[in-house]
Amino acid sequence: MSNVLQLNNLRKSFGEHLVLDDISLDFPAGSATVIIGASGSGKSTLMRCINLLEELSDGQILLDGQDISLYGTAADAVRGQIGSVFQAFNLFPHLNVLDNITLAPRLVQGKNREDAEHHAIALLERFGLAEKAQSFPNLLSGGQQQRVAIIRAIATGPKILLLDEVTSALDPVLIAEVLSLISELKADGITMIISTHEMGFAKQIADRVVFLADGTICEAGTPTEIFNTPRTQELQGFLAALKEAGRL
Amino acid sequence: MTYTPSALQLQREAAKRRAARRSTAIALLSTLVVGAILIAIVANAQGAEAVRNSFFNWHYAQKSFPRILDGILLNLRVLLIAEFFVLVFGLSIAIARTTTAPVLYPLRLLATIYTDIFRGMPLLLVLFLVGLGLPGLRLSYIPNSAVFLGTVGLILTYSAYVAEVIRAGIEGVNPTQRQAARALGLSQPQTLQHVVLPQAFRNVTPPLLNDLVSLQKDSGLISVLGAVDAIRAAGIETAQSFNFTPYVVAGALFVLLTIPLTRYTDWLIRRQDRAQRAQGQF
Repeated sequence: MSNVLQLNNLRKSFGEHLVLDDISLDFPAGSATVIIGASGSGKSTLMRCINLLEELSDGQILLDGQDISLYGTAADAVRGQIGSVFQAFNLFPHLNVLDNITLAPRLVQGKNREDAEHHAIALLERFGLAEKAQSFPNLLSGGQQQRVAIIRAIATGPKILLLDEVTSALDPVLIAEVLSLISELKADGITMIISTHEMGFAKQIADRVVFLADGTICEAGTPTEIFNTPRTQELQGFLAALKEAGRL
Repeated sequence: MTYTPSALQLQREAAKRRAARRSTAIALLSTLVVGAILIAIVANAQGAEAVRNSFFNWHYAQKSFPRILDGILLNLRVLLIAEFFVLVFGLSIAIARTTTAPVLYPLRLLATIYTDIFRGMPLLLVLFLVGLGLPGLRLSYIPNSAVFLGTVGLILTYSAYVAEVIRAGIEGVNPTQRQAARALGLSQPQTLQHVVLPQAFRNVTPPLLNDLVSLQKDSGLISVLGAVDAIRAAGIETAQSFNFTPYVVAGALFVLLTIPLTRYTDWLIRRQDRAQRAQGQF
């Protein structure tokens, strides 16, 4: 299997503060990687480095074998190939669902409105949101908003999908509908990187789980390895804390 | 373990430095080219010589400077006083307009009428009405001085503008902030003072300062009432020599007067921008 994305010795510091240290990871096509770790462990920064929202302090990022961390890389073109979804949905409040989804296909990929809307409606129908096409974001539930945000991210046909704590702002009932959508996309073979606090979901969807602590990869392995036989003290402590909080 | 940058990173940083040097060079070159073109156009104009003599005459500039400087000091005093009262009145009117109590309805109505009138009326007209009309009432307790009346006119007009800016700021504060404060037991005035207004001012600082900059230059309009400010002083000098250089000198001084505040506004906007980007995800 070829790697869609490859991170080599990534390093990121904000001034003196080292946030990511020597991160190397391969992301095979169609794989789902779940990143876990305490808040402040570097999960979000890692995501932001991948879609070039943060400038690397060192290291290399290859997208489809192409170095996107070279100085002068056209960041907009790269981001067009990476779908990103964040905790706060970030739908555009002045556009309805359909326009939210078709904005990037029309502006970035130059599709005409008809084609873009056709594709968007097909996606909305598939995920049971067809009747919301003309609604504005403020009239949708959090779960619906986040599902639209995910559809918006995949509407451009990205090579990889970044999901950064996409359920953290939702209540349990709404979480389920978002997670089931993500599972469907995984079945489609979309390569994805997921950071989450939903350990049950991590076990179920992950091909590989990466545990970040203090900006380094503390442990990485299959869900069984990570959750059943943690080797490091850090991971054991993290899992124990989750268990105590009733999150595992 | 000490960190040494990889060859790749050193290469990337070198590329970044090269790009930065190139950007500086391009900026410099384009500035020089644009400057050269502008100078060529002005210098080759048919009337260039005549304009230089009557508007940019060093002799008259020097001669008129002390008088105009005296005038601009008057402008400075006027605008400092005006700015203070404009902020006080603007804030009061804004608060009056955002009250909701039924008993305060007349206050809201008055405040609304006030802002409607003074935002719509040309400043020049207000100055004439206040400066020439008010003394006509022959009220002995109102000083009959052009400076005083001109300042009043400025305050009347600009309070209306500033009130609208501050009101926009107050209404821009998320209602949940008000609710949170009331839920903690803060009274309505306490909520306004400690929770709403600090956020409102932060949101509207740039447009607020923009209005104050505008007030600074409009302080020159009190000259129409006969106050010997920088513009009036320049007019007197021009009348003696039939040379327009004094007006240019006054204009330059006004620009100098407003630059500190405009730069401060720019800096403030940049800082807010950065703060917002630091907390947002994009």
